[in-house]
Amino acid sequence: MKHTISILVENHAGVLSRISGLFSRRGFNIDSLAVGITDDPTMSRITIIVNGDDYTVEQVEKQLYKLIDVYKIKRLKVEETISRELMLVKVSCTSENRGDIIDIARVMQSKICDISSESITIEISDTTDRLEILQELLRPYGILEIVRTGTIALQKGNKSIC
Amino acid sequence: MITVAQAMVRCLERENISVVFGYPGAAICPFYDALTKSDIKHILVRQEQNAGHSASGFARITGKPAVCIATSGPGALNLITAIATAYMDSIPMVIITGQVSSERVGSDAFQEADIIGASEPFTKYSYIVKNPKEITKVFKQAFYIAGTGRPGPVLIDVPMDVQNVKIDYNYPDEMKMRSYNPNMKGHPGQIKRALTAIKNAKRPLICAGGGIFLSNAKEEFTEFVKKCNIPVVSTMMGIGALPSDDSLYFGMIGMHGVKPANVALMESDLLILLGARASDRAVCAPERVNETKKVIHIDIDPAEIGKNVDADIPIVGDLKNTLIEMNSKVCSPKDNEWINYLDEIRANTQVKEKEFEGYINPKAFIRLLSEKVDDDAVIVGDVGQNQIWLANNYNVKQGRFLTSGGMGTMGYSIPTGVGAKMAGANQVISVCGDGSFQMQMMELGTIAQNNIPLKIIVMTNNRL
Repeated sequence: MKHTISILVENHAGVLSRISGLFSRRGFNIDSLAVGITDDPTMSRITIIVNGDDYTVEQVEKQLYKLIDVYKIKRLKVEETISRELMLVKVSCTSENRGDIIDIARVMQSKICDISSESITIEISDTTDRLEILQELLRPYGILEIVRTGTIALQKGNKSIC
Repeated sequence: MITVAQAMVRCLERENISVVFGYPGAAICPFYDALTKSDIKHILVRQEQNAGHSASGFARITGKPAVCIATSGPGALNLITAIATAYMDSIPMVIITGQVSSERVGSDAFQEADIIGASEPFTKYSYIVKNPKEITKVFKQAFYIAGTGRPGPVLIDVPMDVQNVKIDYNYPDEMKMRSYNPNMKGHPGQIKRALTAIKNAKRPLICAGGGIFLSNAKEEFTEFVKKCNIPVVSTMMGIGALPSDDSLYFGMIGMHGVKPANVALMESDLLILLGARASDRAVCAPERVNETKKVIHIDIDPAEIGKNVDADIPIVGDLKNTLIEMNSKVCSPKDNEWINYLDEIRANTQVKEKEFEGYINPKAFIRLLSEKVDDDAVIVGDVGQNQIWLANNYNVKQGRFLTSGGMGTMGYSIPTGVGAKMAGANQVISVCGDGSFQMQMMELGTIAQNNIPLKIIVMTNNRL
């Protein structure tokens, strides 16, 4: 089962390596990890998607919390969370099928951010499921390359992990 | 204004460090120059790993972070085994390493090694000091982190050029960190639940771990045991929490433990883990523990609770504080039925030892040794057969039994004995095998040079 873990950490060098090191060292599997600065420049927020049973995820949480640089940590429940991921996907196209690809992009509420005679680059920011749907729809046209940011997430309503 | 190197020495003085263990080298020279002008005694070891073990021995006797020093590259790398050994046994330690000059860091310079990266899995925290002005804050934090919560080693890596920068010295009086607040008090509701469980149990058992020494809770622990009249077993790190000949002590559990202790563990209906992590050597099948018994687990590190054994009543907090709280509320002592049953098993498991002409039975030797040493003797066991002989046959009275429990590092006993002796222990005896003796015998040089009255026993079985 997939779990979303949100972590606030001190924003200085070496923190990310401590966190990623912990995952490999203790044999935890992560699907994605996204990190960025917060409103407070001394603090970064990391969102991790972990695959595992309850025991594993509880261990992940406890071991992470043990790190000196970790300030707050919270497992976010799916139903109480808004989560998004950004993907850029470059698809090959011809003059014949360009219109179809643009139609798919529109239906999926994504954006065309670059276009050339032989390719289209589409930007989509949505849930991971929807990103995968778009990917499947574009596959027949020939995906040239894909880049994804990993999921970021916030709790719904006025709740915060701070 | 003083140099960073001088500030480092002053920081150590402020932390009341009287002895340090180390080995000099180019990248740590400015610090060593400053150290010669201080009253801090420097013990020159013969290999850096032994500086780490000596600091470990020192810390285990004083209960406060001890200091070891090495230069960059190979010096720092030689410390790694000692750092990992201290980390596994939660020993408070501050490690100071020199690093190549800032502008060379990352260029594979002479004697450069990424010690921060290499030691990251087994340090509680580490710093590379890039900003000279932060040196005092780093030292204050390092000692604070190493000595509080679940203790552990903290490494400070200082580039050579940084050591020579002049700064205004200002040592912070207090240290508060928003992201590090160890939980010092057990939850009152959980303590109440634990006491009720103890009251209702028919065959309760206490398993004493190294946490009892780390939180300096021996007295409170003894009071708790006597008040409740509950039998005690221990992990290897918990040996000596109760005197070995105490009527309530039934020995060490686990793979290398003794029958009465393991039977007690098997047949108990309530297991009270005190500062013990129930490692694979102590509890071989942790997943089966919960089938037959309830578990109360008291530990300062929340990550240990539920890691190996599921806890029905977890209590996160400092053991000393928690035991004081429990002692004030504990009700009547348990009756003797369960204890009498275990006594019977103990009486029936006296194994007859074989004697071979021309040889000395090591177990008998260890028992005789226990009788001959002072009551407060510190015995330092090495790793291997000698360690198990000691664990099961040495009678700890008021002293200590020190060994490398978690990491099982051969070559631990002599340097650790040096540290324990330097820390003021009355009588220190290092017991090692002929294999481990040869791993550390260069420290005889250190012992001779500093006239350290350490007794060494080598158990020769001609195998290593």
